[in-house]
Amino acid sequence: QGKFTLLRDTRTDGSFLVHHFLSFYLRAGCKVCFVALLQSFSHYNIVAQKLGVSLAAAKERGQLVFLEGLKSCLDLLFGEEEQPGQPSPLQFLSTSDLRALFDFVRVSLTPADGDSWKSPVLLVDDLSVLLSLGAAPVAVLDFIHYCRVSVCCQLKGNVVVLVHSNEDSEDEENELVVNSLRHHSDLILWAEGLATGFCKDVHGQIKIIKRLSLRQAAEQDQVQIYQYKIQDRNVTFFARGLSAAVL
Amino acid sequence: LVFTEEDKYGLYSNLLFKYFLAEGIVCGHELFVASAKEHPDNILKELPAPLLDDTYGKELGDEAAKSEDIQDSMKIAWRYQNLPKMEARPTTYTKFGHYYDVSKKMSPELCQSVKWHSFYLHEELSFEPKMKTCNMNSGYARLLQSIQRIISQEGFDGSDPQKKQRNVLRIGIQSLGSVLWGDDVCCSDTPEDTHSLTKFLYVLRGLLRKSLSACIITVPAHLIQNKAIMERVTNLSDMVVGLESFIGSERETNPLYKDYHGLVHVRQIPRLNSLICDVSDTKDLAFRLKRKLFTIERLHLPPDLSDTVSRASKQDLAGSAKLLSSGCGAMAIGKKHLDF
Repeated sequence: QGKFTLLRDTRTDGSFLVHHFLSFYLRAGCKVCFVALLQSFSHYNIVAQKLGVSLAAAKERGQLVFLEGLKSCLDLLFGEEEQPGQPSPLQFLSTSDLRALFDFVRVSLTPADGDSWKSPVLLVDDLSVLLSLGAAPVAVLDFIHYCRVSVCCQLKGNVVVLVHSNEDSEDEENELVVNSLRHHSDLILWAEGLATGFCKDVHGQIKIIKRLSLRQAAEQDQVQIYQYKIQDRNVTFFARGLSAAVL
Repeated sequence: LVFTEEDKYGLYSNLLFKYFLAEGIVCGHELFVASAKEHPDNILKELPAPLLDDTYGKELGDEAAKSEDIQDSMKIAWRYQNLPKMEARPTTYTKFGHYYDVSKKMSPELCQSVKWHSFYLHEELSFEPKMKTCNMNSGYARLLQSIQRIISQEGFDGSDPQKKQRNVLRIGIQSLGSVLWGDDVCCSDTPEDTHSLTKFLYVLRGLLRKSLSACIITVPAHLIQNKAIMERVTNLSDMVVGLESFIGSERETNPLYKDYHGLVHVRQIPRLNSLICDVSDTKDLAFRLKRKLFTIERLHLPPDLSDTVSRASKQDLAGSAKLLSSGCGAMAIGKKHLDF
C-alpha cells in the first residue's frame, strides 16, 4: 500500500516487468491506470492474454483505464480542435506542461460511486519517453511527485514506473530523472543485460532492492540478485551462474 | 520502424534502402519515398532487379552439393564433430523474401506496376501544415502530414470498410536528421531544437501502429554528435541496425576482415506482441558487396595460419571472439593444415 516501485533497465528491455505488474494488479482486483506511451494497446493485450488476463475485458468493466499514448498523440495532431474543457492528456507535446496528464491520472483513479475495486495503481511505460517528447526533467519529476501524493498518500495506492538508464549514458536529463527517482523509491527492480555480452540462455540479471532505509533510519537496503531467462509465457529466475543451460 | 544508421559515405545504407523498396515492388506493396537529398524519381530508377528464382537457386544448389563431399571425420578436434556445420550463407533458398541483382536495374515496367507516392522536400509547397506542429521542425511536420494523408486516403488504416484488398504501405525515408531537412542535429553538439527528431519518430510510430505499413529510415548517425539523442531515438524505434563500412578506416587492411566490406551491428530487435524476441545465436554480422550480390553473413574468423602471431590483431580478435558462438570451431573442417 502506498508504495512507489521503480522499474529500471540497462542495456536490455525491461518491459517484461511492466507486463508482469499489469497482469498482477489486474488479477488482484485493483483499479489500474496504465499510461502506455510506447506501444499500442493490442501489443499489451496480446501479451497479457498469454499471461492469462484480458485487457479488453478489464477495460469493459472499468477496472483498467488505458491511455494509449501513440493514439492520443495522433488525435491531438491530426484531429479536430479539442474542447476547451477537456484538454488532451498529451498536451505537453505542444505546451511542455504535464498538468493535463496528471489530471487525467487523478480523475481516472479517484474512486467513483459504484466502484468496488481495491487500491488504485498507476503504471507508466515508460517515463523516458516524456523527455524525448519535450518535457523538461524537472517537469517530469514534479509530475511523479504529484502522482505520488495523490495516488500513494491520498488514495493509498501504488505507483509503478519504468525508466531506461545506462551508467555511461550521455543523456544527462534522463540520468537526472532516474537518479532522483532512485532515492525516492520503496522498491527498485533493475534489469540489466549481462556485462559479458549477449547470451542465449541467460537474458539478463535482475537486482531487487528493497529500500528499507527510506522508512527506518538505521536499516540497510536489502539487495537480491537473480538472473533470468524470458520465455514465451513466463520468465524463469535462478541464482547467478545456475542457469539451466549450465547445470 | 526500422532505423538504420548510415555508414560514413552512405554507400551501403543506400543499397539497403533500395532493397527495401525493391522488395516492396516485387511484393506488390505501395511505396512512399521521402527524401531531401535525391529526388524520389531518381531513387526509384536505381532499384536493383530481382533475381529470377531458378538461376540463383540452381547456383546455390551446386555449391551445397560440393560442400557435402567434405565429410572427413575430425581427428583432433573431435569434440566439435557433433556441432552442426556453421552455414555462412543461406544454402536453402527460402521462400521468404527475394534476392536481387545489384548490377542490373529494375525494369521500368515493374516499377510502374505498383502505386507509389513521393515526397521531395524541396519541391513541396511551403504552406503551413494543417496539423498542429507542436514545435516540430516544419520539414518533418510536412512529411508527417503527407504520410498521414496517404494513409487515410488510400485506406491503409482500415478506415474504408469497402476496400476488400488490403495492401501494405512501405515507407522509405532517406537521410533523416541531416541538414537538408532543416534540422541542425547533425551539425552541433547542442542543437537548437533537441526534440524535433524524437517527436517526429514518436508520431511516425503512432502512424505505423495504426496502419498496415512498415518504414525504413536511414540516418547519418556518425554526424550526430549529441549521443543523448541517439539513445532516445533507439528507444523509440523497433529495430535498429548500424552499418559500418571499412572504407577509409584502419580495418580495411586488417586481414581479419579481408573478405568483407563492412560490419552490421544489430543494436535492437523488435519485441512486438510477445515477451521475447527472436534472438539469433550470433550477433556478429558482416556484409560484402560482390559484383551481383549484397550479402550479409556471419563473421567467422579465418583459422590462424600465420607463422608469427601478431599482437595487434589478437586484441581485435579477442573482442569479437567473446561474442562468437562455438560454431567457429567448425571452420576447421575444410582446412587440413592447422597450425597449433
